[in-house]
Amino acid sequence: MTDVRDPNALGQSPETLVLPAPVQAGSNGGAPSAHRSPPNRLRTPRRPRELTSTDYATMAGCFLSSLALCWLVFERLTGGAGWLGFGLSVWFGFLLLYFLVNADRHGSMVAADRVVTAIVITGSIVMFIPLVFLIGYVVLKGLPALTAHFFTDDQRGVTPVQEATAGGAAHALVGTIEQVGLALAWSVPLGLAAAVFLNESRSRWRRLVRIFVDAMSGLPSIIAGLFIYAVFILPYAKTIPLFSFNGFMASLALALVMLPTIIRTVEVVLRLVPDGLRESGLALGASRARTVWSVVLPTARSGITTALVLAVARGVGETAPLLFTAFGYDLMNSNAFSGPQESLPLFTYRNILKPDLSAVARGFAGALVLMMLVAFLFVVARIVGADRSTRKARRSFRSRVTSHRQKEPSS
Amino acid sequence: MPVAVRTPRRIVSKPTRTDRVYERVTLTAGLVVLALLTLVGVFLLLRSEQAINETGLLNFLTRDGWRTDIKPPRIGALGLIVGTITVAAIAVTIAVPFGVVSALFITEYSTARTRKYLTAAVDLLAAIPSLIFGLWGFLFLTGQIVPLSRWISRNFGWIPIFKVDKGANLTGSMFIAGIVVALMVIPIVASVVREVFAQTPQGEKEAALALGSTRWGMIRAVVLPYGRGGIIGGAMLGLGRALGETIAVALILGQVPIINGHILENGGSTVSGFIARRAGAEEFTVSGLMAAGLVLFIMTFATNMVASVVVARSRSGAGLD
Repeated sequence: MTDVRDPNALGQSPETLVLPAPVQAGSNGGAPSAHRSPPNRLRTPRRPRELTSTDYATMAGCFLSSLALCWLVFERLTGGAGWLGFGLSVWFGFLLLYFLVNADRHGSMVAADRVVTAIVITGSIVMFIPLVFLIGYVVLKGLPALTAHFFTDDQRGVTPVQEATAGGAAHALVGTIEQVGLALAWSVPLGLAAAVFLNESRSRWRRLVRIFVDAMSGLPSIIAGLFIYAVFILPYAKTIPLFSFNGFMASLALALVMLPTIIRTVEVVLRLVPDGLRESGLALGASRARTVWSVVLPTARSGITTALVLAVARGVGETAPLLFTAFGYDLMNSNAFSGPQESLPLFTYRNILKPDLSAVARGFAGALVLMMLVAFLFVVARIVGADRSTRKARRSFRSRVTSHRQKEPSS
Repeated sequence: MPVAVRTPRRIVSKPTRTDRVYERVTLTAGLVVLALLTLVGVFLLLRSEQAINETGLLNFLTRDGWRTDIKPPRIGALGLIVGTITVAAIAVTIAVPFGVVSALFITEYSTARTRKYLTAAVDLLAAIPSLIFGLWGFLFLTGQIVPLSRWISRNFGWIPIFKVDKGANLTGSMFIAGIVVALMVIPIVASVVREVFAQTPQGEKEAALALGSTRWGMIRAVVLPYGRGGIIGGAMLGLGRALGETIAVALILGQVPIINGHILENGGSTVSGFIARRAGAEEFTVSGLMAAGLVLFIMTFATNMVASVVVARSRSGAGLD
């Protein structure tokens, strides 16, 4: 018997714990309703958000009836919508039934709250289902073609009739490393300086630059490649070999993509450096440049590293800027400054678009390696980022809180 | 008694030479960033001159189709623009509810520990390259969505955009592309909205609960109004990203540059996907691609500008009543 625990028996708004003069937040306009509850009943305070076994049973019942209803409608009457459509309609049906049942038992306010809770929880779970499917799919498809040769050979002499394990993507790995490395070389100094400019200076250009950086981070990556193509390759490809399809051009395009990531992340990190440190530096007589160089940047070191790793993770996976710059090549070309070059995303993209199945399988192996690389960089970023800065921040926060508390009684 | 008027001494900070160099260097870096973005626009404009001159700006923007094999060539970006906006609109329609819901879950429903993991998972979702999403959408998800498309067209075909011609191919549709792009946009929306939600004043939330509100009542009365700017800004940021999404769309859509009103059918194209599929084309096409790229650049630039202003405002609290 859950009747006693049923909050409606008390005539209260059930999700709240109101003791002396409960106000019903429902239809009767806030009239006190305490005396309406029978005096002989125990007042069991109900913990907000508590679900009784009846509630769980309701949930299960709603789910089952929605399942049955949708099965009837789809499989029997309208003839199939695929599991995706079926799942979606079961979900909608469940929410509707859940609302109706709860509205009947507890009133519409509680029903709305519970339905929203259900939406929020299931919605968040649904969001991660594609992630699981995606990772599983790429791993499943990529593993068979992934052999040791993948890391040591290029595509020399590989013909469409050969199986997927023939040849490898060593040329793509070399290309990726060179292009991203060069891109870092261009974007890190500029990005750091721009982030320092945004956070440490008081220039009137700051606002405009910040807006532009924001806009730049939304720049479609294909436009970055098209821009490099328009500036260098289109006019000079025939006369200057450095300005034709090669890894150097690709690195410029990638730098353009990575730059806003670096600036924004570093700026956020610099903002976390306590002002006290800056003031101490200046008070000790250091110049502004000295303070930034010896106090601010070292304090933010781990955060800056995180920013760079995230920028690399972004740059490694970019395909679109390379289409117009590195162009792609099936053989090893370790000279980034001359001739078209492959890279891991380009290798994947080009192979997926080929008609033969072994090439598609090779593309999946490339995608798997790419995904592992990105995941690895991501984990590194989290470890580096979580390492000192947050712990330090937490500690300093705690000490600040405790010192604050100690001060309070005396003042 | 004559009293000397005590005017406060003016404090002038005289920068050292290193400081002057430092200021100049950082200012230059800032201005270089400004200049880079401006140059992108300028160069796209310069290189698109040939195509624009031959077809005329108005024709380019108001016609669809892309024929360079006939004389005079007939190229128009309208099909691309319409396709881009359609895909982005589908993506944002799907992504915003999910983004807001997961932001709510992270800020209001989860415990401190799961919050950490969820934030990391959202960030990981954002870090997965668009190529891999495209690959998965192209080869796996398409097969799962087609029955849904068929069902929608069968039962809601009377709505014009859901109409499908008899026997039409339902793979490679803008609907599928929109769903895949939505998956890429969700983490962006979620992280922006989460940041804004997390800044809701704790006192007002507690006040709402203390007055007897349910959690949903509290969210509706406090969190959502406070986060309104963030939701709008996040949606626009997501829209900007969806407009520019390239590789996934290039893989999924056939990139036929004509206007296609049937979102469930094979066909459709986006500016970025079309450009990607035409890499290495001959000179006149490239000029046309530059023009299309310029259109895309202006679209995303405007969207992102507005979005960043809206988000910045909602963060500082200036946009609140």
